[in-house]
Amino acid sequence: MAKILVIAEQVDGALKKGTLSAINLAQQIAARVGGGFDVGVIGSGVDGVVSGLQGFGAGAIYKVDGGGFAHYLAEPYTVAVKALAEKSGASFVISTAGTFGKDLLPRVAAALGAGMVADCTALAGDGADLLYKRPMYAGNVIATVRAKTPKVVISVRTAEFDAASPSGGQSPVETVSVEAGGGGARFVSFDGTESERPELTEADIVVSGGRGLKDGKTFWEVMNPLADALGAAIGATRAVVDSWEEVPNDMQVGQTGKVVAPKLYVAVAISGAIQHLAGMKNSKTIVAINKDPDAPIFQIADYGLVADAFAVLPEFIQKVKAARG
Amino acid sequence: MKILVAFKRVIDPDARIKLTADKTAVDTESVEYKANPFCENALEEALRLKEEHDGEVVLVSLGGEDITQTIRAGLAMGADRAVRVEIEDKALDSDLAARIFAAVYKEEEDVDLFIFGKQAVDGDNNQVGQLTAQYLGLPQACFASEVEVDEDAGEATVTREVDGGLETLAVKLPAVITADLRLNTPRYAKLPDIMKARKKEIEELDLDDLEIEDTALKIEVVSLEEPPKRKGGEIVGSVDALVEKLKNEARAL
Ligand SMILES: Cc1cc2nc3c(=O)[nH]c(=O)nc-3n(C[C@H](O)[C@H](O)[C@H](O)COP(=O)(O)OP(=O)(O)OC[C@H]3O[C@@H](n4cnc5c(N)ncnc54)[C@H](O)[C@@H]3O)c2cc1C
Ligand SMILES: Nc1ncnc2c1ncn2[C@@H]1O[C@H](COP(=O)(O)O)[C@@H](O)[C@H]1O
Repeated sequence: MAKILVIAEQVDGALKKGTLSAINLAQQIAARVGGGFDVGVIGSGVDGVVSGLQGFGAGAIYKVDGGGFAHYLAEPYTVAVKALAEKSGASFVISTAGTFGKDLLPRVAAALGAGMVADCTALAGDGADLLYKRPMYAGNVIATVRAKTPKVVISVRTAEFDAASPSGGQSPVETVSVEAGGGGARFVSFDGTESERPELTEADIVVSGGRGLKDGKTFWEVMNPLADALGAAIGATRAVVDSWEEVPNDMQVGQTGKVVAPKLYVAVAISGAIQHLAGMKNSKTIVAINKDPDAPIFQIADYGLVADAFAVLPEFIQKVKAARG
Repeated sequence: MKILVAFKRVIDPDARIKLTADKTAVDTESVEYKANPFCENALEEALRLKEEHDGEVVLVSLGGEDITQTIRAGLAMGADRAVRVEIEDKALDSDLAARIFAAVYKEEEDVDLFIFGKQAVDGDNNQVGQLTAQYLGLPQACFASEVEVDEDAGEATVTREVDGGLETLAVKLPAVITADLRLNTPRYAKLPDIMKARKKEIEELDLDDLEIEDTALKIEVVSLEEPPKRKGGEIVGSVDALVEKLKNEARAL
């Protein structure tokens, strides 16, 4: 029997959907080793997050709510997660592998003396002998690893796990008071990327543009109507976010950016470097539009169109709209 | 200022990665090695801070004798000296690497900043900097795209690339920073610097020197495999054909 603690990812009191993928992994582990999971919510004004986590079968939802946790900071959050892990008696601590989990979870692992499995994409092994799959070398190698410590910390690659489905019922909510403590870091400011579009890592359809789109202004002129027609989120290559100021960094898809696995991924004027493929090659259907017939992206695309993007996109957009009704 | 830079050698990130016939390791036959790109950003930032504030930049690398060439490349970029901790790659996991870095930090004394790459592009773990910070009880600012140091205030202001935008933190020194790729553009070493680097000191330590007794790995690699290949490659002749396939074959619209 094991206890599992899932740490919710939330921003300004809004639950991030990836948390439900982390709960899915927790349920899979519980099914393998027996036991159940609790959820920990840390922040300021997080009652909405707590209610969004009702109905998934958590043994308890622990809440650390206070001004000291209004902005995420690694040190106080590590103290809070450690306190919740002790409270829950957890031998597994799981969260999402976005920048939140990547920043926080290694510190939690060190604080708990736990081994950390980063970017877990699947469980393996038999029964209670848990093994974990995780990508290395930009996804060119999949490693199967074992944690040799009694406690394990896992960051979940959310694109690889469906969101847990609600099972009904209410989990008891318990407020835990944690002294935020000093810590040597102070929040100064946040410059958020404004977008009306679905979030990249949560979208069903993603359209991404590459350096072939000429410049930042043209990038948006081409990608906005395409995204509108498909109701899609917009991504980009590193070449684009590096060179064109108009395209923010957090749109980068790839080994060192965001990992997405939507139902449909449309790559426009993207060559298909391995570092980019690492972030999108598990998408269900991949479309590539590139004028170079030898572009590597065509090797992994389900449907390739060898064409000048500027020439074919207006027609594509118009016909997609017609097809979607 | 005294700045430590964790500097790792990796297989050329653009090389094709293959496994050995028995699938237990990555085939290193005739691969080229390079410094981890993020570590070059870390070093470049340290060098710029040194140019602005004076001080010393020390590379720290964990590995066998054969990583010396990569360390020399970092010295040629401008680091003052290096520490190499002798250990086989196979004997390391992220946690032990962090405990070694923490021990070197203590050995060095009076360090103001310890800069890591945000991730090593071989293991893609993205943890060693954060683990080290926790072991040392230091604040961290990870995924940095801008760093400014105010020596009088004993503080660094760091902009971080996070999901959803850019966050700015102030961290008290000493602190751990992990470098993202957009932090800077690493310089190329010039020929005279390459010559000079040959004479720079590389101190060699082992785990005994650092009094690290617990060498048990927390994470063990059981096996490696290549991911299933995607069956792509179909070229469609027209926009009409593409939309038709998306609608009726893939049912993606
Ligand atoms: C350590 C490291 C990490 C990295 N991490 C990432 C990452 O996370 N994500 C990422 O994306 N990259 C990453 N990169 C960069 C990666 O190696 C490539 O440089 C990058 O993905 C290339 O972007 P691109 O396809 O937009 O540009 P290019 O490779 O320049 O390709 C442009 C493409 O556009 C096509 N084209 C040009 N004009 C047109 C037109 N009119 N119509 C149609 N097609 C056209 C061209 O044929 C070409 O194929 C990383 C690199 C390193 C070293
Ligand atoms: N063997 C090593 N030698 C030097 N630096 C390392 C080593 N392993 C990890 N690092 C540092 O830690 C960072 C993060 O690595 P990782 O957590 O393995 O992705 C790297 O960018 C390096 O700066």
